[in-house]
Amino acid sequence: MPDNEVLREMHRQMVRIRLFEETLVEVYAEGKSPAFDIAAGPVPGEMHLAAGQEPVAAGICAHLRATDAVTATHRPHHQALAHGVDMRLLAAEIFGKDTGLGHGKGGHMHLFSREPAFGCSGIIGEGIPTAVGHALAFKKQGRDDIAVAFFGEGAANQGAFHEALNLAGLWDLPVVFVCEDNTWAISVPKDHATAIEDNSKRAAAYGMPGRYVPDNDPVAIWEAGREAVERARRGEGPTLLEVETYRLLGHFQGDPQVYRSPEVIAELERRDALPRFERRLVDDGVLDEDAVKRVRDEARAEVDAAIEFARTSPYPAPESALDHVFA
Amino acid sequence: MATETTTRLLTTSKAIAEAIGQEMEADDRVFVMGEDIGAYGGIFGATEGLLDRFGPERIMDTPISETGFIGAAVGAAISGMRPIAELMFVDFFGVCMDQIYNHMAKIHYESGGNIAVPMVITTAIGGGYSDGAQHSQTLYGTFAHLPGMKVVAPSTPYDAKGLMTAAIRDDNPVLYMFHKGVMGLGWMTPNPRATGPVPQEAYTVPIGEADVKRAGTDLTIVTVSLMVHRALDAAEKLAADGIEAEVLDLRSLVPLDREAIAESVRKTRRLLVVDEDYRSYGMSGEVIATAIEGAFDYLDAPPARLALPDVPIPYSRPMEQYVLPQTDGIVDAARALVNG
Repeated sequence: MPDNEVLREMHRQMVRIRLFEETLVEVYAEGKSPAFDIAAGPVPGEMHLAAGQEPVAAGICAHLRATDAVTATHRPHHQALAHGVDMRLLAAEIFGKDTGLGHGKGGHMHLFSREPAFGCSGIIGEGIPTAVGHALAFKKQGRDDIAVAFFGEGAANQGAFHEALNLAGLWDLPVVFVCEDNTWAISVPKDHATAIEDNSKRAAAYGMPGRYVPDNDPVAIWEAGREAVERARRGEGPTLLEVETYRLLGHFQGDPQVYRSPEVIAELERRDALPRFERRLVDDGVLDEDAVKRVRDEARAEVDAAIEFARTSPYPAPESALDHVFA
Repeated sequence: MATETTTRLLTTSKAIAEAIGQEMEADDRVFVMGEDIGAYGGIFGATEGLLDRFGPERIMDTPISETGFIGAAVGAAISGMRPIAELMFVDFFGVCMDQIYNHMAKIHYESGGNIAVPMVITTAIGGGYSDGAQHSQTLYGTFAHLPGMKVVAPSTPYDAKGLMTAAIRDDNPVLYMFHKGVMGLGWMTPNPRATGPVPQEAYTVPIGEADVKRAGTDLTIVTVSLMVHRALDAAEKLAADGIEAEVLDLRSLVPLDREAIAESVRKTRRLLVVDEDYRSYGMSGEVIATAIEGAFDYLDAPPARLALPDVPIPYSRPMEQYVLPQTDGIVDAARALVNG
């Protein structure tokens, strides 16, 4: 069981991530009405938001240090923020500004940071081998840093997932594989795509422990994460976790969500982890109402400052598109 | 104290293995991953003898899992290592290309220059020995087309060692393509040009610099890899007819030494490109475009090219030899170009 300080920190992370994502819902919509034009507005392109999936990021990243390497997916904001990526640099990259993480060359699916060590990939499953490589490097360098690969349940049917787990198991690498099972691979539900119910069972095929964490519970995720991270850090090898989580929004902003009913979405909202966790912390005396308000106010200020920084930052010079192909 | 240079005759494969071994001695960050690169020494000998010297921690035989280990090389490179990953045949890129072109080649750019990916992919290219459509391609044009990775293809043992040393020391991803026919392997058709003088000491051949392998005045033959040997053989025959061909070995396709192409064409006024890759949308077209952009006014004749007709590489010997550029075909094309 995490102590009260850890619980408060997880709550704080979940609140700031949620506010960031909710704010992006609004910012993304700017300039995209009355007709939706994906290329219009201050934030163009696809936008995959992680509202509802905060427990996975908060519960796992609570165990990490900045030199641990995290790889994420096309839906990366929650993990980037939980791993300590500066919200201002993240927002500026999403706005395509020169002050962003990649000077506007990456965009929201291609976020890279040296410290904290963070990267992501827009190709399903293909970010997982990179995490194995980080772990391989750490082992060779004699460091006790570890790598964490986040990916969705859809990615667990990609070859890259299986190749990466086999290598990690074979070489006993310090890596934790975290499958975020939000049920929906865009529109296709897990039970239409995956031959088994529980991806964590696939760990057995690669000689590592696997564990399924149900119902998006931040504390249970934290506990499973601690065991996996400590095991990796002790040099005892990889672990596969699958975490049941809930994607409250569409696959991307603008997704008409014809594949799931309003009742399904309402049920997910009813099960939303953030208010449940908050109530639990208040009931248990970990937080009081004043503290909750303070956390929200601070998060609001941080998000507003990040968005303001992004808005007011300059665009890159067009011809800077020609830079950075090579080092 | 001046060091005395010792130069021996080595095959290309031994020259490559020597470069890797010397860089591994000098830099703990360098290690090799790939299929059969340990006890076997690499199917084409590029890592021969290295397992005994460096052990299995640094000469790592991998499962048949190219997406896994090339992706792992990307991650290890980002995290401070200098991996060399071997893709046994370039034809196998289909099982791992996402790691190569979407990850290895793009992360530096996507990060705005904040993340370097210093790694080398070694891979065997080329046909001519009846290995069929899935084990005979060169495909360098495919990789050179995609931004973010350097692409080199040496033709001599000297260049092979120097380019390998340069590739390992480079802070960028480098695709190092060795032709099976230039390696000097005992089980391939003997090729005297696959053995040559190589200094013992470490040295680099700059990536992006073409090399005039034979100076001439009457036409320029631009080519790369094994076709350099064919072009040199053709040049000797042409010389007997009084035609002096200049043979320009590109050595690197990315970056392409465009000035060397233009400079040679300005001198000889005629251009023949010899390319073991597919004809359309590839190296031959790029070289000709470069010559036209840089030396149009100097050209006395339309540029010519020999390349694989746009067909998969056939198995049967007469058909394969028909589609691959051959010395006699180069001679004929050169004569036609010079004699108009």
